[in-house]
Amino acid sequence: MARATLISDPTGAAASALTLEALRDVPPRSHRELTRIALIGNPNSGKSSLFNQLTGLNQKVGNFPGVTVDRKTGISQLTAQHRAEIIDLPGTYSLYPKSLDEKVITDLLYDQASDQYPDFVVVTVDASNIRRNLLLFTQLADLGLPAVLALNMMDVAAQHGVQIDIMALQQELGVPIIPMNARNGVGIAALKIVMSRQLGPPTRSFYEPGDDLLPMIRQIRYYFNLHNDYLALHYAHQFRQISFLTPDDKAYIGELVEKYGFQATPRQAQETIDRYARINDILLNTVTVTRTEKNEPYSNKIDKVLTHKVWGYLIFFGVLFMMFQAVFAWASYPMELIDQGVTWINQLVQTNFDGPLVNLLTEGVLAGLGGVLIFIPQIALLFAFIAVLEETGYMARVTFMMDRIMRKFGLNGKSVVPLISGVACAVPAIMSARTIENWKDRIITIFVTPLMSCSARIPVYTVLIALVVPDEPVLGIFNLQGVALMGLYLLGFFAAIFSALALKLLLRTENKSYFIMEFPVYRWPRWKNVGITIVEKVKAFVFQAGKVIVAISVILWVLASYGPGNALEQAEARVRATAAEQRYTPEYTDIRIASEKLESSYAGLFGRTLEPAIRPLGFDWKIGIALITSFAAREVFVGTISTIYSVGQDADMRTVQQKLAAEKDDNGQPFFTPARAFSLLVFYVFAMQCMSTLAVVYRETKGWKWPLLQLLYMTGLAYVSSLIVYQLFK
Amino acid sequence: MSSRSAQVKTNAPRSVKDLRLGESGTICCLEDPEMALKLLEMGCIPGTQVRLNSRAPLGCPITLVVGDEDYTLSLRVSEAATILLKD
Repeated sequence: MARATLISDPTGAAASALTLEALRDVPPRSHRELTRIALIGNPNSGKSSLFNQLTGLNQKVGNFPGVTVDRKTGISQLTAQHRAEIIDLPGTYSLYPKSLDEKVITDLLYDQASDQYPDFVVVTVDASNIRRNLLLFTQLADLGLPAVLALNMMDVAAQHGVQIDIMALQQELGVPIIPMNARNGVGIAALKIVMSRQLGPPTRSFYEPGDDLLPMIRQIRYYFNLHNDYLALHYAHQFRQISFLTPDDKAYIGELVEKYGFQATPRQAQETIDRYARINDILLNTVTVTRTEKNEPYSNKIDKVLTHKVWGYLIFFGVLFMMFQAVFAWASYPMELIDQGVTWINQLVQTNFDGPLVNLLTEGVLAGLGGVLIFIPQIALLFAFIAVLEETGYMARVTFMMDRIMRKFGLNGKSVVPLISGVACAVPAIMSARTIENWKDRIITIFVTPLMSCSARIPVYTVLIALVVPDEPVLGIFNLQGVALMGLYLLGFFAAIFSALALKLLLRTENKSYFIMEFPVYRWPRWKNVGITIVEKVKAFVFQAGKVIVAISVILWVLASYGPGNALEQAEARVRATAAEQRYTPEYTDIRIASEKLESSYAGLFGRTLEPAIRPLGFDWKIGIALITSFAAREVFVGTISTIYSVGQDADMRTVQQKLAAEKDDNGQPFFTPARAFSLLVFYVFAMQCMSTLAVVYRETKGWKWPLLQLLYMTGLAYVSSLIVYQLFK
Repeated sequence: MSSRSAQVKTNAPRSVKDLRLGESGTICCLEDPEMALKLLEMGCIPGTQVRLNSRAPLGCPITLVVGDEDYTLSLRVSEAATILLKD
């Protein structure tokens, strides 16, 4: 402990002890408890790179209590004996939250009594942008939290001619500083050593609230038993939004604020100005900037092309097109391999074993499992693209180019990120709408995002397009099926923006919308981060969506194999009687039996109940069954039709496409005509068939109003559009 | 240009919105108190120099280089109009 206080002693000899060598002598923390360390910093300060370096794949994604902001935690092996739990907090510019995302930070750091309260914080600071980054640091230091400053992106700073006197800065700031480059791992070892030591609170304060505020601050401080004035001041600023305060607590602070005439907005503005003045003083003595060349930064040069009024949009569409071609064309090779693998296992089981459970295993479990595994290549590729766009800084340019257009439709440049992420999955996309500060923009974004074609629709699109669109080259390089896929995505996109326009006119609000954001420089993507994102998303799909899909596949198999009473036996007897009369071949008899059995099963009953309603769309009861099961998750469609059509067909017909192509209508013609297939495709573009999305909208909007409106609106839109398509083209 | 000279005549203060591409100005004050909180945190402190770096293809939003660091901020023209410049 004596040594620990030495670290935090700002004066004289002790300050010189703030070297790494001295820190090594500080006794390590108790090895038994798991130290809880929060990682905090500005957006684009390399926080997620650092988190990935510290924890690798030992990450868990959960939720912060009470809200749905992703709470990423990971275990880091700091030293041979010492492990710590790292909490990755959302990026923020200050401790005054502007969005729900940032509110998580204050909820965590204001509540010292919480068992989640961190032992200390690691503050990431972009060395090339040190002035603005230090604002957040000084606020954290004034909260009295023990802190380590990870001075990141030293290489970029050096390129910009920024030289930082680390020792002098360390003395000025009163906390250990580790210069590093999180991207390539430089400095991680030193940071881990410091993180494994016992740190005292920072000894410097950077801002004094005015004396006139002290009476109010002290009353709040003693009432809530807080350890410092600055925290009490934050209570006065933000009591309405602090989630752990009781209504009585809030009323108490409200009275004090009223009594002392506390004006939050000008006080906060003054605090920021004062802090910057203080930071300027500190930087004057510790940072020198020598600009060697006055060359235009490379980011600007790139931007001249990438945000050009013609090239910019062309390139953006090119990138989107590449993404769809990749998901459709490149992914097909690994998908075929997976498909063949599952088929091989299926045959292996069928030829080597016999009994009632084998049918359950092959037609239920394995069929469902195949339906899950096959989409891993597409999901991985899609998230690889999105992660690279985010990592390189290109996503910010897209936002920048699209803002003016999006605003016309009641959206916001920032809506582009949820909308594009919606192409992967609406659930994380809707959660990412949290960065939109304006309520109306956010609600509209959330409402229309599920109209964007998510990856769960890919299986449906793939199967049906392959069925009715020929596999032919267009313009030499593109593929007609790829073009059809792009068309479906555009259909969803236009439905989304025109629905947004309608909502813009319907919803009224006084709130202004903001678009003030940092414009990051271009960087090479960090492949490790891209890789971790892919693994995370694939895992989420396999274990969350996958469970539902396999479970539903099994339930469906049961529903399709059993019927009320002895309905199935009766159906079989009926067919056999007609077969004897009409002299069917044995093969044809078997097919008829299977078909009749399915019609008499529970699944057939469900589908038949629905059939009158969907017949005008060109759908029959088999599709009706698939529509019902799709509500759990759209991708179940393929598994469902695979199960339904696999009952009683040729053993050679293994792929879903072959099964569908072989399906005949009453006149013996192929059932899936282009009109039927497109009607079904359009239905899947628009319909709200995802329980997870509805659940996340409920959580995000804090009520059932929006999810129910969404369900009604999207399903209605799907029904009407399908009706028009089928009636026009049949 | 003509609209700008008209502004000078009526003595209306110039704002960041009126900067030409590549032109710099020094922030005098921030008009909108709520937006000021965000702008201040992003480094737009009175006395700081800002340079109009680029405009989006459709004229809005714009990007500013703030201070002497290589730090670029993007914001809408309507937001830029609340940042008034010194003469």
